[in-house]
Amino acid sequence: MKDASPAKPYALHLGVIALLFGLSFVLPEYHHGLLARIMVLAVFAMGYNLLFGYVGLLSLGHAMFFSAGLYGAGLAVIHLGWSVPAAFAAGLACGALLALVIGLLALRTSGVAFMIVTMMFAQVFYLLILYFAAWTGGDQGLVVPQPMRVLVLGSTSFDLTNATVRYMSALALFSIVLLISLAIVRSGYGRVLVAIRENEERTKMLGFDTFSSKLAAVVISGSICAASGAAYALLFGYVGSSFASVQYSILPLLWVLLGGAATTLGPLIGTLFMYYVIDIASGYTSAYLLIVGIALILLVLFFPRGILGSIRQRWLGWLP
Amino acid sequence: MTDKNGFFDLSRSALTRRTALKGLAAGAGLAVAPGFVRYSQAQSSAPIKIGFQSHRTGIGAAYGRWYEKTTAAAVKAINDAGGINGRPVEVIIEDDGTDPGRGAEVVGKFASQHKTDIVYGTLFSHVVIGSAPAAGEAKMPYFVVSEGHHVASTKLNRYVFQPGITDVKSQIQSMAPWIAANAGKKVTQIFPDFAFGYDHRDYLPPALKAQGAEVIAQIAIPPTESSFTKYFPQIPAETEVIYHVMVGPAVLTFVKELGEFYGSNRPQLFGFIDSLEATDINSPGLEFLDGSHFWEGSPRYAQPDDSPAQKAYRAAVGIDDNGAAVGDPKDVSTAAHMFGCWETLYVVKKAMEDAGYRGPEDRAKLVEATEALTEFAEGPEHPQGPKTFNGKIHQCFGIQNISKVEGGRLNVVHKTKIEDGLYEPEGNYTTQAL
Repeated sequence: MKDASPAKPYALHLGVIALLFGLSFVLPEYHHGLLARIMVLAVFAMGYNLLFGYVGLLSLGHAMFFSAGLYGAGLAVIHLGWSVPAAFAAGLACGALLALVIGLLALRTSGVAFMIVTMMFAQVFYLLILYFAAWTGGDQGLVVPQPMRVLVLGSTSFDLTNATVRYMSALALFSIVLLISLAIVRSGYGRVLVAIRENEERTKMLGFDTFSSKLAAVVISGSICAASGAAYALLFGYVGSSFASVQYSILPLLWVLLGGAATTLGPLIGTLFMYYVIDIASGYTSAYLLIVGIALILLVLFFPRGILGSIRQRWLGWLP
Repeated sequence: MTDKNGFFDLSRSALTRRTALKGLAAGAGLAVAPGFVRYSQAQSSAPIKIGFQSHRTGIGAAYGRWYEKTTAAAVKAINDAGGINGRPVEVIIEDDGTDPGRGAEVVGKFASQHKTDIVYGTLFSHVVIGSAPAAGEAKMPYFVVSEGHHVASTKLNRYVFQPGITDVKSQIQSMAPWIAANAGKKVTQIFPDFAFGYDHRDYLPPALKAQGAEVIAQIAIPPTESSFTKYFPQIPAETEVIYHVMVGPAVLTFVKELGEFYGSNRPQLFGFIDSLEATDINSPGLEFLDGSHFWEGSPRYAQPDDSPAQKAYRAAVGIDDNGAAVGDPKDVSTAAHMFGCWETLYVVKKAMEDAGYRGPEDRAKLVEATEALTEFAEGPEHPQGPKTFNGKIHQCFGIQNISKVEGGRLNVVHKTKIEDGLYEPEGNYTTQAL
């Protein structure tokens, strides 16, 4: 492991945050809005990356954690009239609790079995959303009323439907999660996670409780994904079952693989890349998913460790 | 931090500087060359720009294709007649993948990048509901052709309209008198266990009760189901009418298995053509439907009493007497719904002309002008039939068709009245701020 002084990685990450902040003032309106959405979904990818990239656990069920946050926050506003901070906390708590329960059960398996078990749980979660349509809106989903999407802090209120407020809220969430991710992967606990990924038996023999470490990773990962889902509901005003479908379990995997698994900034790069390839290609052809597929194949061929993973391998070994 | 075992190295192939540069160059070309040039051209052009949120891919693709054909025909007709307020109409299409998340992004793209005057054309309910907040926040008039009850429920926002096609609550209510009088009074419903089915589950029983009939069983079938025989024993023996609204690819299996279950001695069948839009009614396995009845928004097959406006509309869109594409009998249209695109565009034209619409600064005026509309007379602009419009709930009301499957085609046997589908408004959008 090539490690560096903490200054370099932290400077890089703070630089990225500063860049995103600066972009808010220069980006055209459309890209400004799109980047806000990308940052929220990059948080989803960061949560996924923590488990997949650093622990090596391939889950195909993370849509349920995202959706737990989405519905936890959205339904708290729609049915209970909760404020934005309370609803966000509710979404986060739903995701954390769900992740704890799923982790306790799914971590009894590993490898392909873990992938299948998480996918099955996510499918159950998805069908539950459809089953309780009277509350969840079923497959149509629900709109979070615009007047309730206001963040009140003391005597100041922020309208989350305002483009600048939304961008800055997304940036705040992204920044917090990015710095938490960085702190985790640079900590002793982060090294234990990587050790589990590389050789779990040896890690056990060294005296580490790998099950507890993995369970904590599932809970942290699920909570981050739920934070992303809760933010999505509150910032963009829609909760829908399609976000709980298997497609939204595969997407963070693709974003992470594209950007570079086990890199802290890879999820942002991957999400950004994928979004813009789809956005641009769909302007030309309805077969844009073919272009996305070709782009993915090219990336696997030329950047087998993802964009940042390859950069780290070849040039910047200190990248966290 | 690195993974020394190469955990993520998917190919372990060596990366040379040249190949990396090639890849980067291709990526840069992809990012720089495309849409941006086109967008800048669009911004400087004079036409009224309509952003068409189309289901080009995903589950709604069959509808999306025919919605595009109908839209192109309507825009051509409008432009040939002088456009809107003397300006030509330009349609900009973006694919939403029939996905609500992408749908919201597409609305944002229309509002802030294409700078369209309105957004239009969405069909699937979850995409409409997912996109509506984005439209409301951008203060972008959003004209959908969805038939869902979500607009009329007044749970969306003031910028969302459905002026070209009736909603499913109205359709169901209109069907009830005919079913009770002609098909039978003891009805069993079979519907998909998701929102489209729930509309039928919730609205049909009270509508039938008002006609002296009743729903004696409701059988919800999970959307993941691929075989249906096990559900049929739940159909009560005294059932006189089976009311079915199954949708999706499994509908052929559903009909085939229903036929095998009942043989020639079956109850009356009544369904919504949504199940079989873009599907040939003469497909193998659908023989069992012969003699059954369907709701149709607009008839798929040409009828003997078609108005000149209906004939002109069909010719303009390019569908033959069987409701298939002219020159390709296998390309069956979504005739029961796609007329809504044609009629919606003419409503937009009328509202823009009433508002003296000049550009995006007049969007609020356009909303108010649309809300002020009350009636659409049958004619070239509204070939499906006359309609009324309730500006408070942003929803139109019109006639419905009940067609019988006879000799491998659908013949209209009854047309409902507008009044049959009216109901008490559930709210009032006009009280919301613009």
